[in-house]
Amino acid sequence: MSMADHNSASEHASEHISTIGSSVAIWIALLVGTGLTVGAAFIDLGPFNIVVALAIATVKATLVVLFFMHVKYTHEKLTGLVIVSAIFWLGLLLGLSMLDYGTRLWQ
Amino acid sequence: MHASPVVVDEHAHNNPALLHHFATEEQQKDSASLGMWLFLAQEVMFFGGMFCAYLIYRYKYFADFGSASQQLNIWLGAINTVVLICSSLTVVLAVRAAQLGKRMALVGWLLLTIILGFVFLGIKADEYAEKFEKHHVPGASFSYHELLPSQEKLPPAERQYANPHHAEMYFSLYFAMTGMHALHMIIGVGLFGFLAYMAWRGKYGPGYYTPIENAGLYWHFVDIVWIYLFPLLYLIDRHR
Repeated sequence: MSMADHNSASEHASEHISTIGSSVAIWIALLVGTGLTVGAAFIDLGPFNIVVALAIATVKATLVVLFFMHVKYTHEKLTGLVIVSAIFWLGLLLGLSMLDYGTRLWQ
Repeated sequence: MHASPVVVDEHAHNNPALLHHFATEEQQKDSASLGMWLFLAQEVMFFGGMFCAYLIYRYKYFADFGSASQQLNIWLGAINTVVLICSSLTVVLAVRAAQLGKRMALVGWLLLTIILGFVFLGIKADEYAEKFEKHHVPGASFSYHELLPSQEKLPPAERQYANPHHAEMYFSLYFAMTGMHALHMIIGVGLFGFLAYMAWRGKYGPGYYTPIENAGLYWHFVDIVWIYLFPLLYLIDRHR
């Protein structure tokens, strides 16, 4: 244990240790987001019900990625590249598929 | 001519967890983390295929999907969302305990995460059992005779029922997506069980906690999948 302790403070200066307060704050924000999602589902917003639901889900997912997964504090730029690439590929998959199926008006 | 004792072992004063082919602890940690993020990127594509199928069929069979979605218990889904969010917090606190070298706190947070994982899976199993009872499991015994959303307000003769084949497609996607998600949860619980044992034996501390951190990344990813599954599967057309 002593050797590990010795290394911790000085050599891991770039590494983030989340405080209990900030973690609990994000946790509460995620719970509030869940409540909002359920509440919004019972209000008739027409075609915007799905938009609101996905917007809240995306905010929640962003909070998890940035704070719980420590991406906001990482010094490693490749992590951001991997995340943006994953979202981009997913966008291609969903977007181009829907461009296809959404425009088959003759069917 | 110097004999071998003169050769200095570069790693002699370093962390014993530092492997020989890495220059520094930081490089080793970054490599492991990058590998985990690449794994998660392909997980996005893995679940993305199912989300894409869902999107296409929801677009084609919108009203039928609304009808089938209302067969789910919204409150069980919401409780499970809360359970998963709580388990993500316990994972964050587990990583923190590892970073601070608090061995028993680390074991405790990991065990709490495992318990929350089992709570989620238990609720999910209860929901699945109900689907079997109601014959809402796709296959030979599937049967579905439910109204389309907002038809209750009409006089009985004018009410329209959902197309059972379209509802069956909804339940196929429901079981594929929640089943794959539950499989990830089961793997995660097993992973945390192993890590809790290793943590109890004192393997992790401020100098080396990469497995805890990477398992945490995996768990948060599974949480994010559920954050999208919950509104997409449980909350269609609830206001009608």
